[in-house]
Amino acid sequence: MQMAAAMAPSGQVTDEVLIDIDRVTQVYASAGGAVRALDRVSMQARRGEFISIVGPSGCGKSTLMMIAAGLLPASDGTVRVGGRVVDRPQTDLGIVFQSPVLLEWRTALENVMLQAEARRLPAADAERRARSLLAAVGLAGFEHKYPHELSGGMRQRVSICRALVHTPPQLLMDEPFGALDALTRDQLVLDLQELWQSERMTVLFVTHSIAEAVFLSDRIIVMTPRPGRIAREIVVDLPRPRTLAMRDSAVFHAVSREITDFFLEQGVLRERAAGLSR
Amino acid sequence: MSTTNQHASGEESPDEHETALAAVEARVQAGLRKRTARARRAALGYPILVVVVIGLLWEYGTRAAGVPPFILPPPSLIAQSLAAHWGLLLNNGWATLVEILLGFGLSVVVGVPLAMALFLWPAFSRSVYPLLVSSQAVPKVAVAPLFVVWFGFGLLPKVLIAFLIAFFPIVINTAVGLESIEREKILLARSMGLSALDTFFKIRLPSALPTVFGGMKIAITLAVVGAVVGEFVGGEEGLGYVLLTANGSMDTPLLFAGVIALTVVGVALYLLVELAERLAIPHAALRQQARGGDTA
Ligand SMILES: Nc1ncnc2c1ncn2[C@@H]1O[C@H](COP(=O)(O)OP(=O)(O)O)[C@@H](O)[C@H]1O
Ligand SMILES: [Mg+2]
Repeated sequence: MQMAAAMAPSGQVTDEVLIDIDRVTQVYASAGGAVRALDRVSMQARRGEFISIVGPSGCGKSTLMMIAAGLLPASDGTVRVGGRVVDRPQTDLGIVFQSPVLLEWRTALENVMLQAEARRLPAADAERRARSLLAAVGLAGFEHKYPHELSGGMRQRVSICRALVHTPPQLLMDEPFGALDALTRDQLVLDLQELWQSERMTVLFVTHSIAEAVFLSDRIIVMTPRPGRIAREIVVDLPRPRTLAMRDSAVFHAVSREITDFFLEQGVLRERAAGLSR
Repeated sequence: MSTTNQHASGEESPDEHETALAAVEARVQAGLRKRTARARRAALGYPILVVVVIGLLWEYGTRAAGVPPFILPPPSLIAQSLAAHWGLLLNNGWATLVEILLGFGLSVVVGVPLAMALFLWPAFSRSVYPLLVSSQAVPKVAVAPLFVVWFGFGLLPKVLIAFLIAFFPIVINTAVGLESIEREKILLARSMGLSALDTFFKIRLPSALPTVFGGMKIAITLAVVGAVVGEFVGGEEGLGYVLLTANGSMDTPLLFAGVIALTVVGVALYLLVELAERLAIPHAALRQQARGGDTA
C-alpha cells in the first residue's frame, strides 16, 4: 500500500531492475535425446512492472518460470532477483499455476492462510489481509467454503489471494486463466489488474492469450517455438487502468496484430491448412 | 433474482412471474425427491427380494430334491442352528474379533510408518521395497503352520498371520498415496518456505489419506482371512475353530452358521473402517474421489 502511494498513479514503474534473467539456457536430458527448452534467454523486469510472456506451447515458458522461481536450476546462465543470484527456491514471491493447487481439506480462507502459517506471519494481521484480498476478488462470504464447493474461477481466485497474502514483491503466474471460460477469464483479468494497481508487485504472467497479454501488460515478451528464444519485446502504450473498451482501440489492435503476424511468420499459426486445396 | 425481472414478458407483474417460477421450481424439486426416495427403496428392496427368493428356492429345492442336510442344509435348519449355538458363536466370534483387530491394528501401526520410511529414505526403499514385493509371492497361508511351531496355539500366531496378510496393502497404498501428490503442491510449498517436516505433515500426508484408507479397507477384509487361517492351523477357540469342529462332526448347519457369523464380523469391521474414514475425511466429495481412484 505504501509503495503504491510512492508511485505515480498512472502506473509508471521505477527503473530499478528487480528480476534479471541473464542468458538462461535449459536443456532437458531425456532418453530420446536432449531437449533444448530455452536458448540463452535474457530479460529484465523492473520493480512494479507487469510483464507477459507469450509463446507457443512447449516453447519453454513454464521452464523459464520455474527457473525464475528458483524451483529448477538452469542448465546455464543466471537469474538475479534484487541483485542476488537465485540458486535455491525463492521464497520472496507468490506463484499461481494453471490449476489452483488448493488443499481440498482446507477452506478458502485456510488455504490462503497456509502461506501465512508457512512464513509464521502474525495470524491476526494475516487473516485480516486474507479476508480483504478474498473480498477484493469477489469472494466475500465464501471464506469458509471448501474448494469442491467453489467454481473453477473462484478456486483460481483463492489461489491468487494465497499468492499475495504475504505482500510479495513478485508474482509469477503460469497460464493462470488457461482452464477457465471466456467470461470468467475476462473478470479475472480485470480483478488481477485491480490487485496489481493496489499492490504494485512485479508480475511475470505467462499466457497463450494475446488479448490477455495486451490488456494486462506494460511489456510483452514474445517467444519463438522451441528452443525458446526471445523474439520481441513490445511495450503496450495504453493508459491505466485499462478498460474492456480499450480492446477496440488502435493501440490494442496494433500490438495484437504484431504478435499475430510474428506467429504467422514463425508458422505457429497457419491461415491455410497445408494439405487442403480447392 | 426478482430485481432482474424487468425484462420478463408482457403483462404479468414481477411478483406473478416469481410465483410462476417458484411453482415450476417446486414441481422439479418434488420430482427429484420422489426419484431419490424411489432409488433408496430400490437399493434396499431389490437385494432383500433377491435374498428372499434365493432362500425360498433353497429351502424348497433341497427338500423337494431330498438333499441330505449334511450336504446342503435348508435355511430353516441353519437358522435353528444359529439360535441353538448363539452363545458358542458369540464367544468364539469375540475371540476371532480380538485376533482380527490386533492383527489389523498391528498392520496399520507397522505399515504406515514403514511406508513413510520407504518414502522418506530412498536408499532404504531401494533395498527393502523389492524384498517386500517378492515376499508377497510367499503364500502366507503356507507359513501358518510354522507360526504355530514358533508361537504355539495361543493368540499370538493368529494375530501375526492376520498382520502378515493385512499389512501389504496398507504399505503399498500409503507409499503410493505419498508418492502420487500433485507436483505443483510441492513446488508451492517450497516457494512458501515450508519446512520439509511441515510439507510432509501439512500437505503430503493429508493428500495421501484417501488412498491410505483405501488400503485399510482391503486390509481389514484380509485380516479376517488371516485370523481364520490361524485358527484352522491350530487353536481351541475362534470362529475358524468352530468351523473346523463343525466340519469334523458333519454338523453342516453349524458350519453355515459359523460362516454367517464370520460374515457379520467382517462386514461390521469394514463399516468401522469406513466410519473412521468418514471422521478423518469429513467431506463426502473427497472420499468419493478416492473411491474412484482405488478401483483404477
Ligand atoms: N522434465 C522434463 N524432461 C524433458 N523434457 C521436458 C521436461 N519439462 C519440459 N520439457 C520439454 O521442454 C519443453 C518446454 O516445456 P515447457 O516449459 O513446459 O513449455 P511451455 O510451458 O511453454 O508449454 C517442452 O518441449 C517439454 O516437452
Ligand atoms: Mg506451460
